[in-house]
Amino acid sequence: MPENSVSRGCRPVEVALFQGRRSLIRTMSRKSVIIEAGKRDKRYWKDIWEYRELFFFLAWRDILVRYKQTVIGIAWSVLRPFLTMVVFTVIFGKLAKFPSGDAPYPILVYAAMLPWQFFANSLSESSNSLVTNSNMISKVYFPRMIVPASSVALGIADFLISLLILAFLMIWYHFIPDWRIVTLPLFFLLAIITSLGASLWFAALNVRYRDFRYIVPFLVQFGLYISPVGFASGVVPEKWRLLYSMNPMVGVIDGFRWAILGDVSGMYWPGFLISFILSAFLLYGGIRYFRGTEKVFADII
Amino acid sequence: MVTMSDNIVIKAEGIGKKYILSHQIEKREELLSALIVKKGKELLRRGGDLIKPSFAGRAGKKSELEEFWALDEVSFEIAHGDRVGIIGRNGAGKSTLLKILSRITEPTKGRVTVKGRVATLLEVGTGFHSELTGRENIYLNGAILGMGRNEIRRKFDEIVLFSEVEKFLDTPVKRYSSGMYVRLAFAVAAHLEPDILIIDEVLAVGDAQFQKKCLGKMEEVSRREGRTVLFVSHNIGAVARLCHSALWLDSGKVVKYGDARELLDEYGSSGGTSSSLWIRSSEPGEFFSFKRIELKTGNQHGATLFDADERIEIKISYAISRHINACQISLRLLNSEGEIILTTADTDSAGSPAIPREPGEFSAICVIPPNLLTPGSYSISVAAHFPYNLLYDQVEQPVTFHVTQVGWPGSGDGRLGFISPLLEWKMGKNPGS
Repeated sequence: MPENSVSRGCRPVEVALFQGRRSLIRTMSRKSVIIEAGKRDKRYWKDIWEYRELFFFLAWRDILVRYKQTVIGIAWSVLRPFLTMVVFTVIFGKLAKFPSGDAPYPILVYAAMLPWQFFANSLSESSNSLVTNSNMISKVYFPRMIVPASSVALGIADFLISLLILAFLMIWYHFIPDWRIVTLPLFFLLAIITSLGASLWFAALNVRYRDFRYIVPFLVQFGLYISPVGFASGVVPEKWRLLYSMNPMVGVIDGFRWAILGDVSGMYWPGFLISFILSAFLLYGGIRYFRGTEKVFADII
Repeated sequence: MVTMSDNIVIKAEGIGKKYILSHQIEKREELLSALIVKKGKELLRRGGDLIKPSFAGRAGKKSELEEFWALDEVSFEIAHGDRVGIIGRNGAGKSTLLKILSRITEPTKGRVTVKGRVATLLEVGTGFHSELTGRENIYLNGAILGMGRNEIRRKFDEIVLFSEVEKFLDTPVKRYSSGMYVRLAFAVAAHLEPDILIIDEVLAVGDAQFQKKCLGKMEEVSRREGRTVLFVSHNIGAVARLCHSALWLDSGKVVKYGDARELLDEYGSSGGTSSSLWIRSSEPGEFFSFKRIELKTGNQHGATLFDADERIEIKISYAISRHINACQISLRLLNSEGEIILTTADTDSAGSPAIPREPGEFSAICVIPPNLLTPGSYSISVAAHFPYNLLYDQVEQPVTFHVTQVGWPGSGDGRLGFISPLLEWKMGKNPGS
């Protein structure tokens, strides 16, 4: 083995170089890439797949970094939604006295808090994600969509932790969900579609117009009160409900309540359909706008 | 489909990149602030002449729209295994070209076809997060540069060994010294296995010794593995050492593309970064003035690129208009960092610190012997003065030149140090052994 006898005497780096020859041969047959103005790259989705590890690494980095130098560490991700739930229960259930049907008020609130927090966290994180990673964007190529998408993935991790609190609440209140609970993943998928759609829009817009750095927190705060989080959407008068469903999060939240609590507040299916269609359009438009602008990100970021 | 011969891995056809200056900045904040400001200005203008016209007026608005072609009609082909240096002054479009080739930004027009896996090194440590530990950053940085998790895991130990930071692997990199940080970052980059490696001035970081180590590494990667390398550097010596062909850009256009050696020589003497000839254009001194300073090697004039084993002659012409009692003409040799490598004077050969001079025109030739300087960029400064005192005339860095590597023996074999003379070694067998 002449190659080994050469590398034995070398520093480890040189060994790596010899090994590298093998992978060079492996990649020789790769197809060529054409770089051209305004060209819609056919390999785009394949590229995203090839960079899937970067996607996980970015999400992993954000999780690692988030609670560094905190005393209670990861406990924050449990504490935050829990405290919000307590505040909401007190304000809306005890003081404002919105009706909750048969369901315990904390669960009613929490069932809506889950998708809303997911949406709000994903949007806040991802709208700034491109700007905070501007260094990477101006120095290395990778499909840019990975960056906001990994922020949404971070939201999913938070969501799963919050789901545990929900289980805890259900045990506490001896609340047993019916068969509808199995549809929850579908509504969560809808929540992901909505969040990803909005995230792509705002992340791309924020690159060019930094105004969105200030618009997004406002939107998140404002959205909390106009979405049926602290109350059931049955509170909204019947004639306005179709219009109310123009907020795509209404469909998501109603769906979550329906799946977790049963049909306590009367599921309004036409409105849900509108929310669903709007969410789908939000994602479709988001992807289009993002892909249309991402090639100039490095120039304007 | 584009057809490319098997050997060509990069083919650029008439690529151009347009930027819109100043207008772009305005457009960036178009949506709200600019609109509000615009409306506000209009309102105020209607309100009266309270505001100066320069502030509210529309004059000069159109001139702000300035198109700027960072690259224009750039075409070239690069074959597999080529090592191409991209040279040119600041703003010539080098970095823009690299960014287009590595798909960071897209061209405004034209087309590039790239065959194979490309890795871009525009800086070391892209995406390093200061809160993360060295270990975590190796994985993160590797992923950003396009390595898979298994690939990183496989090379992890080698990366750590190369970086020399084993002890601090679980310390956040924010506690690293800058040297450790750069070493770790470069170690990751050095273990990339792309078909095409695109490198910007990443070597401009770290101390001189580290730069040498990086350069050596680059050389290994490209030579031994036959990898295609594109290398941008201001260090002509480094380009000459690493690349066998060069692409010379100026104002976004290709000036020349061809053999590195010839091109660098021409580029060097074109006033790009070096010049072999200086002729006095300013007012002459009171009674002593340098007229002309020129570099030459052998019988070739006007060279700025020398092999390490070539002798370099510096010819200094000067004029004296009256008798000077004591005068010394001295020459300083500086490296690219501006450090003085040596000082020499024409009185060295006379055996006295100063000699009297008569009126007239003279020339002096200083010879830098072969195998003295290590590869790199150098400049000289000359001065005429009364010893240690009283300056008659001086010229700061009129000529600059580059020394490139040639093979062993001598300075060409990459030995470290400011100078690399061949010294005398006496060898013998010890009695009684």
